[in-house]
Amino acid sequence: MTPSRSIWTRPLLGVVGLIVLFGAWEASIRLGWVPSGLLPAPSSLGPAWLEEVRSGAWIQAIRDSLTHYVMGLVIGSVLGMLTGLLCGTVPLLDGLLSGVVRVLRPIPGLAWVPFAILWFGLDTAGATFVIAISVFWINFYAAYGAVQAIDPDLYEVAASFGHGGFLARLRTVVIPASAPGVLAGLRTGLGQAWMSVVAAELFGVPGIGARMMQASSLLATDLVVVYMLTMALLYALTDTAFMLVRKRLLGWQG
Amino acid sequence: MNAVVTDTDDVVVRLENIGLSHDHGHSFILRHVNLEIRRGEFVAVLGPSGVGKSTLLRVIMGLVQPSEGTVSLHASPTAAHRPAAMVFQDAKLMPWRSVLRNVELGLEGLGLTRPQRRERAMAALELVGLADTADRWPRQLSGGQRQRVGVARALTVEPDLLLMDEPFGALDAITRGALQDELLRIHARRHGTVLFVTHDLDEALILADRIIILEGQPAGLRGDFAVGARPRDNTAPGMRAMAERMRRLIAGEPDPGADAAYWQASEI
Repeated sequence: MTPSRSIWTRPLLGVVGLIVLFGAWEASIRLGWVPSGLLPAPSSLGPAWLEEVRSGAWIQAIRDSLTHYVMGLVIGSVLGMLTGLLCGTVPLLDGLLSGVVRVLRPIPGLAWVPFAILWFGLDTAGATFVIAISVFWINFYAAYGAVQAIDPDLYEVAASFGHGGFLARLRTVVIPASAPGVLAGLRTGLGQAWMSVVAAELFGVPGIGARMMQASSLLATDLVVVYMLTMALLYALTDTAFMLVRKRLLGWQG
Repeated sequence: MNAVVTDTDDVVVRLENIGLSHDHGHSFILRHVNLEIRRGEFVAVLGPSGVGKSTLLRVIMGLVQPSEGTVSLHASPTAAHRPAAMVFQDAKLMPWRSVLRNVELGLEGLGLTRPQRRERAMAALELVGLADTADRWPRQLSGGQRQRVGVARALTVEPDLLLMDEPFGALDAITRGALQDELLRIHARRHGTVLFVTHDLDEALILADRIIILEGQPAGLRGDFAVGARPRDNTAPGMRAMAERMRRLIAGEPDPGADAAYWQASEI
């Protein structure tokens, strides 16, 4: 991109791309290139959405899913971050947990669904558990890697100026120095958690995922797409909000 | 931290028979190092790269514990100051702190209020001519400016002993010259005690009143030269002969003027 173009060029091109996609999609259905029933026409999405809003189901599904999302994200991210930071800072803990991490790390969040149902049932707690596990590892590795990458000389600087104790090092070096990496992990988790929300709810916990499952069993493909777009919107909102906060926290990176 | 003794003695730091080994005494990096630095002295430690000069500074700073011997740092009884402070190679500022907050680092934990810390940090920034950069981030400064902030960060804690670890080694010749002049100006004003590590003989001759040669394996003190009063003519025959002796000592060659030299390494 040449610098003479305005900052609006890219977003504008993005909108044009979306219009082309939806236009081509609508045309292919109107022209009969795609057999009806396999894919809803974009023009049918508006009415389907309005109906869903009027019945109250749309707001209810969002409210349920948002509850799972926020609880799972907060619990998984905080625990993952803390464990990662501590493992990165305390070699003894790092050694003790290295075997445990190796065993548990490859198990995807979804594999825990049987236990989630058994331990917590088909409710908010069960869904929260699955989501928390899937974001835990992202945040764990982001925080762990960020601590490992800290310039060791900075610990010497801190110690020279009276900040040599464990907590003082944590406060003056570890936390601020690892913040960019930790926040990058948090952002990845923000997206991953939405994927896990749907997956966790497909098993019957009420929310967007469960609503999509119901709609697909009734072949209401327009409703499925409405909820797909709802998720995209929710993700865009959370990601934008996060980036605004990140910019404030990491102003020093420029 | 090393033994910190508060008294009125003229000696700021005393090293007694310092030895450092990383393999339980099989081999030594430093051995039999004895050194006394008096208040107001500007001492350069000169030696080849990798000989252990920076390690010696870290032992004095208390960042590395010696395997043998003792370090005693004689702190003045002033409140809200630190006995020793260090200026690092490549400044090593914390990139997430503003320039002012970087200078304040050593003031935190000294029982000062925020306005007091601010005032002292600003005074130090003024001393190095960077008061107008207080609110900037380190990445917005040049290498020379960053190193000046490193000097301010160390001076603001009013150390009895200022340790400098090849602080100008990574700078271009012009910036280095400017910072050397500035350091001498600050030293003349504050009469602080400085221990300056360098592998550059010319830099040692410009800055120091006293030059100590660290050489060998394990490294020990091989010579101790009083460079003389200022203004000083580094091209005078006496100075050139002394510089030549230092050059030979650094290179590990026998010293032709050994009888006149001041030997401290006890094993010789």
